[in-house]
Amino acid sequence: MEEKKRSWGSSEMLLKKLGIPFIAVMAALLIGAGVIKFIGVDPWLAYKSLFMGSLSNTNAIAETLVKTTPLIFTALSFAFAARCGLVNLGAEGQLYIGAIFSTAVAIYLTGLPMVIHLPLAITAGFIGGGLWGLLAGWLKVRFGASEVITTIMLSYIATHFLSFLVTGPMIEPPGSFPQTPQAQLSAILPKIIPGTRLHAGFLIALLTIVFYYYFLWKTTTGYETRVVGLNPTAAEYAGINPTKNALLAMFIAGGFAGLAGTCEILGIQLRMFQNFSPGYGFDGIAVALLGGGAPIGILIAGILFGILRSGANMMQMLARVPIAIIYIIQAFVIIFVISSGYFEEAYNKRKLEKIARQGGTKDGISNSDR
Amino acid sequence: MEFLTAIAKFIAADLRTATPLILAGMGLVFSSRAGIVNIGVEGMMLVGALSGVAGSWWFGSAWYGALFAMFMAGLIALIFAYLAVTVKANQIVIGAAINILGLGLTTTFARTLFGLNTAPPDVDSFEIIAIPILSKIPVIGPALFQQNALVYLALILVPIASFIMFKTDIGLKVRAVGEHPKACDTVGINVYLVRYVTIFISGLFSGLAGAYVSLGLLSFFTENMIAGRGFMALAAVVFGKYSPKGVLFAGIIFGAAEAIQFRLQAAGTAIPFQFLLMLPYALTIFALAGFVGKSRAPAATAKPYHKD
Repeated sequence: MEEKKRSWGSSEMLLKKLGIPFIAVMAALLIGAGVIKFIGVDPWLAYKSLFMGSLSNTNAIAETLVKTTPLIFTALSFAFAARCGLVNLGAEGQLYIGAIFSTAVAIYLTGLPMVIHLPLAITAGFIGGGLWGLLAGWLKVRFGASEVITTIMLSYIATHFLSFLVTGPMIEPPGSFPQTPQAQLSAILPKIIPGTRLHAGFLIALLTIVFYYYFLWKTTTGYETRVVGLNPTAAEYAGINPTKNALLAMFIAGGFAGLAGTCEILGIQLRMFQNFSPGYGFDGIAVALLGGGAPIGILIAGILFGILRSGANMMQMLARVPIAIIYIIQAFVIIFVISSGYFEEAYNKRKLEKIARQGGTKDGISNSDR
Repeated sequence: MEFLTAIAKFIAADLRTATPLILAGMGLVFSSRAGIVNIGVEGMMLVGALSGVAGSWWFGSAWYGALFAMFMAGLIALIFAYLAVTVKANQIVIGAAINILGLGLTTTFARTLFGLNTAPPDVDSFEIIAIPILSKIPVIGPALFQQNALVYLALILVPIASFIMFKTDIGLKVRAVGEHPKACDTVGINVYLVRYVTIFISGLFSGLAGAYVSLGLLSFFTENMIAGRGFMALAAVVFGKYSPKGVLFAGIIFGAAEAIQFRLQAAGTAIPFQFLLMLPYALTIFALAGFVGKSRAPAATAKPYHKD
């Protein structure tokens, strides 16, 4: 767990903070280029169509931000739990439960004006995801059940529960398709660029980033959360209640993921059906890591992964490169980011030894975490 | 008699579903006991599934396919091992990366190998072998002794793995490394080596489990065909309290849940089958929480070992 503390908690230089993710992305793109070359396509053409497809016009950019939105939420979910020293692998399930709550409010509450209905549906999504996260938190603090496993298990339970709902109780009459009725107009997120699919969910994502920053760095409870994450023993000595913080962290983390489901339903799909999330939950981990758990970092990383996802279709069409290539790139981004600490340390150690040989002191080296 | 035939069919279906969980789970017992959390087994199984079909296609035999699957998943496991043991990165994150990598590699190369719109190639797969005499026993015969070779192999490997883990020096070393790596290092056990080897073993088993799915249950590869079986194997290990026999038991229970829901769906009953599909995951949570006998992970789980 030491790596996590190093890169998530310490105040390293800005250049270094940007440098490692940049190198990681470039190296991963390079490996991706190698694979593209290997399957017999010109990598230049592939990447050109990828970036054209995601950035070349208003519609493409809007589509990129549509893909970015859920990634920001699930990344914030993973990052928030991580700040409290918890591992939330259940964003996918929390996303689904959030979607279920939002959809229920959006379908079954009628006659409300939008100013009430829409906020209600969004809040319901946050609470739904939050409760699903809280369940894992409760299992941990009450029974010592590792949240690493329980969050994965709860994800599958949520997936099957959603499948039950859309084929049973919530199915659209007369019941020919496994999907819910459409959300009422008063609960649908408005479009923010007319003629595109970009909806107000993106703005909610930006606000959530601001909340993430404000809560963790500007409130006492947020400060406590971070202390528990950095050093649980010290936190307890300082009179911080780790149980309360763990429960709160899992609730908020789950809530963030729930909002991903909410915005996907109320902004894009407008109704709920099985497997509507193409793995946003696990993608959020990559985004959170690449962003170093920092608010702006998560935004930038989210947009980058949004670019990959939205440009991949064009790449498949124009260059005949399978969309799946972006998974390979994503995987290597994660691998390079998590390895960076090790290589940095090896580099510092060598530098340290060199200084020691020259009879210098250790003071110039910032390797204070060990 | 009709009822007995149904029972036999049910047990046979249960075993078929349980086999990939038992195979992958047995490998995971080794790495978990050495203190490694390997959530990347899903990705390793996917690599195994594709490599199995590719190997069977190239070399013309399902057995070579299975070997090739083990080899390729083993390679992926070595990447995991390097990152977890040498680089000392967060094992959970490595696992997540390996899963994404497995999905990306297999989907990309499946399209390149077999094409997008053409019919899947006809490859040699694991045929059902009826064991002479035994398969003729009423009920038990059709239930247990008319399976493919990998099902038998999985069942034979359980007591062997159990023996190695709990009755030999090697098993003792593995378990000790998972509980107290520092002490192991002091008495001269190579912690890094034990962890590398056990992760590699879990890779081999994942590969075999993947090949079972693509060459035993089916005889072709489809995108993301493991569909959560890796995570379910992980659940089987936790529910089975980190022992091969426990994994066998868990695999059979989980398999039964799946076999029952399949029957329910086929019979068109009003009982929602999704709740049966949730059962393995719910049971695992109960086991973790201690409702059905506490499942406890080794003490050094997920902690990278720093040799001073």
